[in-house]
Amino acid sequence: MSDAHALHLETSTGLDSRKLAIWTFIGSECLFFATLISNYLVNKSRNLIPPYPHDVTLPGGKVVEGVIEIPLVTFGTALLLFSSLFIVLALAEAQRGNRKALLGWLAATIVCGLFFVGMQVYEFTHFVHKGLTLKVNLFGASFFTLTGFHGTHVTLGVIWLITLWIEAFRGRIPPAKSLNLEIAALYWHFVDVVWVVIFPVVYLIK
Amino acid sequence: MDSHASTPAAAHQHEHPSAGVYVKIGIVLFILTSLEVGLYEFTYGEHSGPMGAQIQPFFVPLLLLLSAAKFALVAMFYMHLKQDSRIFAGVFVFPLIIACIVVVALMVLMAYHFAYARSGG
Amino acid sequence: MATTAIDQQRAHAAAGHGEKTGLWSWLTTVDHKRIGILYGATAFAFFLLGGIEALLLRIQLGTPNNTFLAPETYNQLFTMHGTTMIFLAIMPLSAMFFNFMIPLLIGARDVAFPRLNAFSYWAFLAGGLFLNSSFLFGAAPDQGWYGYANLTSRQFSPGMNVDFWLLGLQILGVASLAAAVNFFVTILNMRAPGMTLMRMPMFVWMSLITQVLLLLAFPVITVALILLMFDRFFGTHFFVPSGGGDPLLWQHLFWIFGHPEVYILILPAFGIISEVLPVFSRKPLFGYAAMVFSGAFIAFLGFGVWSHHMFTTGMGPIADTFFSLSTMLIAIPTGVKIFNWLGTIWGGSLQLRTPMYFALGFIAMFIIGGLSGVMHASPPADLQQNDTYFIVAHFHYVLFGGSIFGLTAGAYYWWPKMSGRMLDETLGKVHFWLMLIGFNLTFFPMHILGLNGMPRRVYTYPEGLGFETLNQLETVGAFILALSFAVFLVNIFKTGRGPRNAPADPWNGATLEWSIPSPPQEWNFAEVPTVRGRDPVWETKRERGGSLAEPARVSGAGIHLPNPSYWPLVAALGLAGMMTGVLLIQHLGPWGIMAGAAILFFGVYNWAFEPAG
Repeated sequence: MSDAHALHLETSTGLDSRKLAIWTFIGSECLFFATLISNYLVNKSRNLIPPYPHDVTLPGGKVVEGVIEIPLVTFGTALLLFSSLFIVLALAEAQRGNRKALLGWLAATIVCGLFFVGMQVYEFTHFVHKGLTLKVNLFGASFFTLTGFHGTHVTLGVIWLITLWIEAFRGRIPPAKSLNLEIAALYWHFVDVVWVVIFPVVYLIK
Repeated sequence: MDSHASTPAAAHQHEHPSAGVYVKIGIVLFILTSLEVGLYEFTYGEHSGPMGAQIQPFFVPLLLLLSAAKFALVAMFYMHLKQDSRIFAGVFVFPLIIACIVVVALMVLMAYHFAYARSGG
Repeated sequence: MATTAIDQQRAHAAAGHGEKTGLWSWLTTVDHKRIGILYGATAFAFFLLGGIEALLLRIQLGTPNNTFLAPETYNQLFTMHGTTMIFLAIMPLSAMFFNFMIPLLIGARDVAFPRLNAFSYWAFLAGGLFLNSSFLFGAAPDQGWYGYANLTSRQFSPGMNVDFWLLGLQILGVASLAAAVNFFVTILNMRAPGMTLMRMPMFVWMSLITQVLLLLAFPVITVALILLMFDRFFGTHFFVPSGGGDPLLWQHLFWIFGHPEVYILILPAFGIISEVLPVFSRKPLFGYAAMVFSGAFIAFLGFGVWSHHMFTTGMGPIADTFFSLSTMLIAIPTGVKIFNWLGTIWGGSLQLRTPMYFALGFIAMFIIGGLSGVMHASPPADLQQNDTYFIVAHFHYVLFGGSIFGLTAGAYYWWPKMSGRMLDETLGKVHFWLMLIGFNLTFFPMHILGLNGMPRRVYTYPEGLGFETLNQLETVGAFILALSFAVFLVNIFKTGRGPRNAPADPWNGATLEWSIPSPPQEWNFAEVPTVRGRDPVWETKRERGGSLAEPARVSGAGIHLPNPSYWPLVAALGLAGMMTGVLLIQHLGPWGIMAGAAILFFGVYNWAFEPAG
């Protein structure tokens, strides 16, 4: 990105300021997602009417089917986890100066990210068809808000990575500038780690 | 903190894990995810038996343990916290602690509120 | 003569390095000192606006059954008074000092992220204008600065008032977060060689802790406002009982932010006092380490007390007890600070100049505010005190008697460094006495009124309840307070017309900013200093037999500075555009939001790819 950072000004901690900044931002985002997750946990069972996340057996014995489909979401979880692996490999190649390998692994990361967003869009559409909307009950409101904001973070991450891919394609990410990718990678891992929390909390815990 | 601002900003003085290590961690993450889903199916799934019902009280703690392990692996290895400066770890962990306090406090306070403080709640 | 020499050097340096003037140079500036001045001037203007709002409130309350203000107008004025004073006055006045002084205090030439710094100012300005533009539509926020649900729901607040409030605060939140990332990294990474954390000036420590509070607390209010926005715009029921939601959740989320917020408001003032008292007592700060750790402890504990704002909501005895204990506990580190300040003054050679007056006034007023605060910490006592003027008295003693007195001390202390001019001492002391008298006359009687049962947020009160005399007194006090700021303005304009001949070190200061010219040159330090202890400039003076020569102004050749940029301004406009798009979603659909987002993306991309210099 900008050339001035190649000057490597000495810092009091010995750490690069931009790397410290992204970690600081990530620390702040922990509170953002913690609040959204708290909101979900407080609200998810406080529904006046269905749909519900998981199957609910009513007093008469009738079972109201939950909307959550574990296989789809598990696939998405695996996608994000592998995307974290791919971007780590991409970063290693960037630090070694292997442009082609960098482009390959980074593309794999982006594809995983796109598929994850696609999975979310599919899931959201599916849920809406089953009657779950933002308005219908608190589960719907809390679910879409939490996963929607996570999905937005993933989407912004994908745009960031695509921008870096184009930069790398143009040869503008030599080893000396691999920090640019490292910073994006830290953001990407964070978004993955938030999903690592969301997956059991939203989908597996009743 | 004792510092003389003389160390260069190129902080890649730590050892990089090899690609092999990264891949192994990726496989472990996949296995842990499978265990999470497996635990769910075992406890609540369509074909869960009587053992599933016995496991139920332990389900949430076990699940949280598994996801905590995944979280730690990604943070320590993929995000490099294990090899990097402790300042990064501090900047991440301190907010995490506050975040956990906030989540637990809100759940407890609102649960009490819903159970006792609201009429017809 | 020194004056002529300073002026000559200044002219020479200005010609050599191209000291830029003109509107465009201000719009594109990335110089932390200029950004500090922008923050200060803007914040002071909002402070005066908030003051006028307060005067209007006081006129209305001066007599019983008054009809000067309609009830709805009254609600808008007290909401905007609170919102303005907190978010548009105190916080950005602190930001003025963060911006101007932190790099100077740590011996740095710049902040870590100059353009991010500029962005945070423009976003603040956009947020402040966005909020206040609501007056033009007759729809100023009217739900109280804390926006309790479900008064804020579409059902009970159908107009745009709450929308202006929640969207304006979101813009301001982004500004605060951006600034916090910048200053957190600046303080950790940009210190001069030898300045370890435990050698930093106390203002820098308190600022560092404040940035941490900002980073942790603002995301919580961001989510709360998002949930409220979804309730109002997308039909969710987070806080709407008829849909299963609970208004109490809003209170929890708001105060998890709101309590750390009050520490955000006071810690910078604590830091300023810790700078002023040693210099004007000619004694080092008493108990440096204790001051650091008590500040950190206050911040950490500040995340564990929030429900003391909710003692009257029926949380149950266990929650009440827990929060009562934690609130009382937080009085301990606060007390440590007060005793350390007293210990600093004790045995010192007191220089009773204007900054010292305000610093001493701060200690006295803040103690009073703290005492009423500890009284609220008892849930049974708070059952009576809450929502009465007793609370209004408390928070004005800590926010005005504390923050404003502290910030004013800082203004007088650092004015010569920032502007190159000395403020008039006599006018300064007149300002102080008018402010002290006016402040106490306005707010002390509120303790009595509150205990006698006068509720908050009422636009009038009937005769015969015994409220009349004290309310009248308070109104008179408010005008005396206003007069004190008129004196301050006179002081600024009168001295502003004089020559810029303030010496580098008018007060015999201890810290690095006093070793460079007043005002500093663009790069701050001609040579980056090496620090060997706390109070480095006192140290240097001791070594050189008592005083420092007036520092020379240099040409700045060979000193690298970042280029100016307009992309931070563009990005801030994009952000404001997005929020405006949400505000007008009924008329514009998603297109306003998308246009704003496009401008934001355009600004951020160009910012990212622009060479920084």
